[in-house]
Amino acid sequence: MTLNVEQIRKDFPILERETQNGARIIYLDSTATSQKPAQVIEAMNDYYRRSNANIHRGVHTLAEEATSMYEGAREKIAKFINASSSREIIYTRNTTESINLVAYSWARANLKAGDLVVLTEMEHHSNLVPWHMLEAERGIELDFIPVTEDGLLDLETYKSLLDRRPKLVSFTHMSNVLGTVNPAAEIIRLAHEAGAIVLVDGAQSVPHLTVDVQALDADFYAFSAHKMCGPTGIGALYGKSSLLEAMPPFLGGGDMIKEVKLRSFRANTLPHKFEAGTPAIAEAVGFGAAVDYLSAIGMERIAEHEREITEYALDRLEEIPGVRLFGPSAEKKGGVAAFTLEGVHPHDVAQILDRDGIAVRAGHHCAQPLHEKFGIPATSRASFYLYNTKDEVDMLVNGIYKVKEMFG
Amino acid sequence: MDDLYREVIIEHYKNPSYRGKLDPHDISFADNNPLCGDHIQIDLRVGDNGIVTEALFDGHGCAISQASADLLMESIIGKPLEEVKKLNKDSILELLGIELGPVRLKCALLSLKVLKAGVYGLGEASDSLVE
Repeated sequence: MTLNVEQIRKDFPILERETQNGARIIYLDSTATSQKPAQVIEAMNDYYRRSNANIHRGVHTLAEEATSMYEGAREKIAKFINASSSREIIYTRNTTESINLVAYSWARANLKAGDLVVLTEMEHHSNLVPWHMLEAERGIELDFIPVTEDGLLDLETYKSLLDRRPKLVSFTHMSNVLGTVNPAAEIIRLAHEAGAIVLVDGAQSVPHLTVDVQALDADFYAFSAHKMCGPTGIGALYGKSSLLEAMPPFLGGGDMIKEVKLRSFRANTLPHKFEAGTPAIAEAVGFGAAVDYLSAIGMERIAEHEREITEYALDRLEEIPGVRLFGPSAEKKGGVAAFTLEGVHPHDVAQILDRDGIAVRAGHHCAQPLHEKFGIPATSRASFYLYNTKDEVDMLVNGIYKVKEMFG
Repeated sequence: MDDLYREVIIEHYKNPSYRGKLDPHDISFADNNPLCGDHIQIDLRVGDNGIVTEALFDGHGCAISQASADLLMESIIGKPLEEVKKLNKDSILELLGIELGPVRLKCALLSLKVLKAGVYGLGEASDSLVE
C-alpha cells in the first residue's frame, strides 16, 4: 500500500503556513532538518505540562515518570535500529557529538601515531574535522575512499586501502549531497576482515531507510533525532556493548558516575557512563515519539514513497536546459537532488525560489571537499521526505524556469 | 524583497565593469565567505596623494556578492584611502539600493570586508570591519 501523503501532511502543522508574500511553504530541505508532526510536538508539550522533573535517583512521582519516559524512549530507539539492548544507545546532542564521542573516547584510547583511519571523499564535515583534530594531536594518518564521477564510492581503491590495515573505517551510510546510499554491509564486512573497527554516520540513513545495526554488524552508528521528525538537541550513538564497556568515559559530571570521592570516581554502567549532567529529557521524549510516528507508518513505505518522488524529480530536473545534477541515478540514492544552474549562483537560485515559498538549501552543505572534487563552489539542493508530493516537485521545476528567465 | 534582483544588480553581476586583476598593484587582498564559499580578491593602485586610482575585483559568488563588489570598485576610484576606511554596512546597502536579511548581508559585505582588510593590511576579513 502506498503512502497517503494528504493525511500525513495534516500531521505537520508547519506545512499549512505561508511566507510573508502569501505563498504556501514548499519544504524541500528535510536533509538539513525535517519538519515535526503534531504527535512529536505534543509529546514534548505533555512532558513539560505533566511530568517534568530531573531523571534518575528522584523517588517522587514526577521523577519516576520523567525517568521512565526518558528510558522508555531509549528502548524505542534501540528497537527502531534493532540494537540488541537499549544499553547500547547513548544519548548525545546530535550525529556530530556522537562521532566526536567515538573520536574522544574510543579513538584516543586506541589509536597512536601512524595508525590509519579510512574515511571517504563524500563525508560531511562532522566526519572529517574530528579526525583532522586527532591527526594534529596524535599523528594518526587519514586516507580516503575516492568518489567516482557518478557519485559512488570506489570500492576497488577501498580494498587496497584495507591492505594498509586501518584501525578504523568511518563512512556515511547516505550522502547528504549526492544522496548516494553506500553499500554499508559490504564496506563493514571488508573492514572487519582487515581487522578494523567501523563507525557509520547514519544522519541521513536512519530517517529514510530501514536500518538494522546487527544485520549491518556496525560497531558504532551515529544519528540525529531532528532529521527524522524529532526535535533538535538530541541524537544517539549506537555502540556494541563490548566496545562501549571498554571505553573510558567522555564527559565527566553527574549521572555518569557510580561513586565519587574527593580524589577519584568510578564510572557508571552503560549507557549512563557516557551521559554526564542533566540531559535533554523532553527532547528524548520527542525522539521516542518520532520513532513511534515513523514506525507506525513503516520505513519501507516511506522509502518507497521517497524513491518515487526522487525518480520523478530527477527526470523533471534533467529536462531543464542548464541544470547539472550530481550523484547517482534514483535507484542508488535517497531523496536528495543537488544541482547547479548554468550562469546562476546557487544562492540566487535558492533566494528566487523562496519568493514562491520553495525552501531549498544552497551552499556546500558542510561537504566542502566533495564540492571541490566536482570543481564547483556550491550547489542548490532539494530534498524529499514522507510529506512531499509530485506537485511540489512541479513547483520547484517551474521556479527554476523563473530563475532562468530572470537571469536569461 | 521583490527588488532584491533589481535590474541593476543582475546587470552588474552579468557584465561587471571592474572585474580583473592589477599587476603591479599597491594593495591586494583576498578572502572567502566561509558560509557559502564565495571568494573575492581586490587589487588597488593608489597615488602618492593616497587617492585610489584603479580598483578591480575578481572571484566567484552569488549575484549579490559580485554586484556589490563591482559597485564598490566603481565608488572608490578617485577617493582617498582615508575615506575608504570609513565605509561601512550602510554604504554598501546604499550602493545596492536594497534591504537584506542577515544571511544575504554577508554576501553583500564580503567585498567591503576584503577591501578594508587590504587597506589596513590585516590577515583576515573580519565582520568587525564593516559594523
